[in-house]
Amino acid sequence: MTLDWLLQHLFNGMTLNMFLQHLLNGISLGSLYALIAIGYTMVYGILRLINFAHGDIFMTATYFAFFGVVTFGMPWYVAFPIVLVMTGLLGMLVEAAAYRPLRDAPKISILISSIGASFLLENLATVIFGGVPRPFPTPEIFTGVVTLGNGLMVQKLIFYIPAVTLVFLVALLYLINKTKTGMAMRAVSKDHETAKVMGINVNRTISLTFGIGSMLAAVGGIMWGMKYPQIAPLMGVIPGLKCFIAAVIGGIGDIKGAVLGGFILGIGEIMLVAFLPNLTGYRDAFAFVLLIVILLCKPTGIVGEKIAEKV
Amino acid sequence: MKKIAILLVAIMLLTSFAFTGCSSKPAASDNSAGTTQSGSDVIKIGVFEPMTGANAAGGQLEVDGIKLANKLYPEVLGKKVELVMADNKSDKVEAATAAARLVEKDKVTAIIGSWGSSLSMAAGDIVKQAKVPAVGASCTNPLVTQGNEYYFRVCFIDPFQGTVMANYAFDKLKAKKAAIIQEVSNDYAVGLANYFTENFKKLTGDQNAIVAVSNYNTGDQDFSAQLTNIKSKNPDVIFAPGNFTESALVISQARKLGITCPIIGGDTWEVQQFLDIGKDAVEGAAFSTFFATEKPITKESEKFLKAYRDENGGKDPAAVTALGYDAYILILDAIKRAGTTDTVKVRDELAKTKDFEGAAGVITLDENRNAVKSAVIKQVKGGKFVYLDTIQPK
Repeated sequence: MTLDWLLQHLFNGMTLNMFLQHLLNGISLGSLYALIAIGYTMVYGILRLINFAHGDIFMTATYFAFFGVVTFGMPWYVAFPIVLVMTGLLGMLVEAAAYRPLRDAPKISILISSIGASFLLENLATVIFGGVPRPFPTPEIFTGVVTLGNGLMVQKLIFYIPAVTLVFLVALLYLINKTKTGMAMRAVSKDHETAKVMGINVNRTISLTFGIGSMLAAVGGIMWGMKYPQIAPLMGVIPGLKCFIAAVIGGIGDIKGAVLGGFILGIGEIMLVAFLPNLTGYRDAFAFVLLIVILLCKPTGIVGEKIAEKV
Repeated sequence: MKKIAILLVAIMLLTSFAFTGCSSKPAASDNSAGTTQSGSDVIKIGVFEPMTGANAAGGQLEVDGIKLANKLYPEVLGKKVELVMADNKSDKVEAATAAARLVEKDKVTAIIGSWGSSLSMAAGDIVKQAKVPAVGASCTNPLVTQGNEYYFRVCFIDPFQGTVMANYAFDKLKAKKAAIIQEVSNDYAVGLANYFTENFKKLTGDQNAIVAVSNYNTGDQDFSAQLTNIKSKNPDVIFAPGNFTESALVISQARKLGITCPIIGGDTWEVQQFLDIGKDAVEGAAFSTFFATEKPITKESEKFLKAYRDENGGKDPAAVTALGYDAYILILDAIKRAGTTDTVKVRDELAKTKDFEGAAGVITLDENRNAVKSAVIKQVKGGKFVYLDTIQPK
């Protein structure tokens, strides 16, 4: 009750119940950010490349889901796995077309190439799918609301999203730390040349990394579409940037850090609006300010370790 | 070294963010290259609408009406009328560029548009300096035409629309307390919210009748924090003016948070996507708009409705489609009366418009170049927009 009293008196009329509702909203947004940030951080961890096209691959996945379910009338449990595979292939295609030719070029060239790939995907989507937003076909089973005690209302999705995030987190950690493919990925991340000498097929490993990263983007896209059922060609821009920020906050390259960063950003954004309603318009700015602060104070992120400078 | 590198990336990130809005989208039509001299055998009318971006669906509806009008009335002064499309990309900066292109490169006689008051305002100074008249179809913010001799419109303005919705909330919904959630980066939404607030306070006689005001930005997708705050204030009605995409998400998230009170808004909601995205959640949502197909007003209405239904397999047009149609025939009429394509003379004729029979009602422009017209209230029922009431201007 003391927390209740404190909230009421410090933040005009905020009750404990409301606070909990805000916290739940924050967790559900944060777990979405976390899911997408994992894909970002994974590609960075292996390639030392920030893939700016990640947000647009995420967007494309929602359109694949739309066409699968609405246009071809597939049931969701058929459509969604197909979406994952197609998005994975798209990621590999982007890698082969935009990044592979620049493998030995300076890092900055690949970075710029990824921004180019991002614009290309956005504009292709505008031309092919049209600029008008479309509704996302949320399967019946994922809709619905659960009432907890005290009038707290939450979407059922709020339980699915963290669960999905957790499953992928565990699966990914297993893949990277326990399997042979994972070992190859880690080797490539340390040193391309040496990895090649050791008999690792570097191109295949990197391609696979992009495929998996893009599939994660697809999972994030499907979850995002179910929570905010409206898809448009530019929908990936802001979530893409926010999840990049989440990955940096946690410590880019570290998968657990990405999850942590996602939650910090999601909950932080909601609490900003909840406690300081006048600053609502600065919500996106909040994320960027957080990025700058982190970069100035702790550029390796919260859980990132200090890596010796190679240059 | 590493810090600097990462900061560099951050700067690039921010710039790429800033430029996404203006990344080049396909230009709608650019077929006029080389014909810059006026006095040719076609009369050009610029269509200045959002065809991509957040407002694309609304822009498309107006373009449909303009094209239909162009098909029915393809000639004036014995010359063919050519529509020059300019996509303002739902972006204020792009809008200024698109308008400048129309007046400078394409040398149009007049401009129609735009859906979205902010976008129209962005073109205001350009048409004023170039002395090319512009006729807005559904942009309702008073500032669009205020102090701008060259901007006209065929619809009513927000002070009237705000009054209509405040009256509806007070009289029909018996609301005593209202909450507002507005798209704060949109001049239309903020203006409408202000007029609603003013009138609702007057009607209830209670200075505290507005229990909560929440903001969001264009393009936001998560409104859970704002809505949780509103829910705690227990309003009788929520007024949520804004773009249809965000509004549909606002309403569906409100219902999921257990907010059950009526949610009402403005004319921008009358778009199919509002129903597609909002689905069951938008059922019962009411809003003011310009025109109802159930109540054709003039002979032109019937002609327009028949032509539209013939072309679209019996489907009924949206109100803004009728307004796009009206903007076109009004300009044609002014050119005919002026007997020339001299833009200043066409402007003068437009300003004299009185009792002009348009598809969405009789148009008389007042001294501020706004149409004085009745408003219609519609509601979503069974996944359709249904006519509820007509409100006359005072």
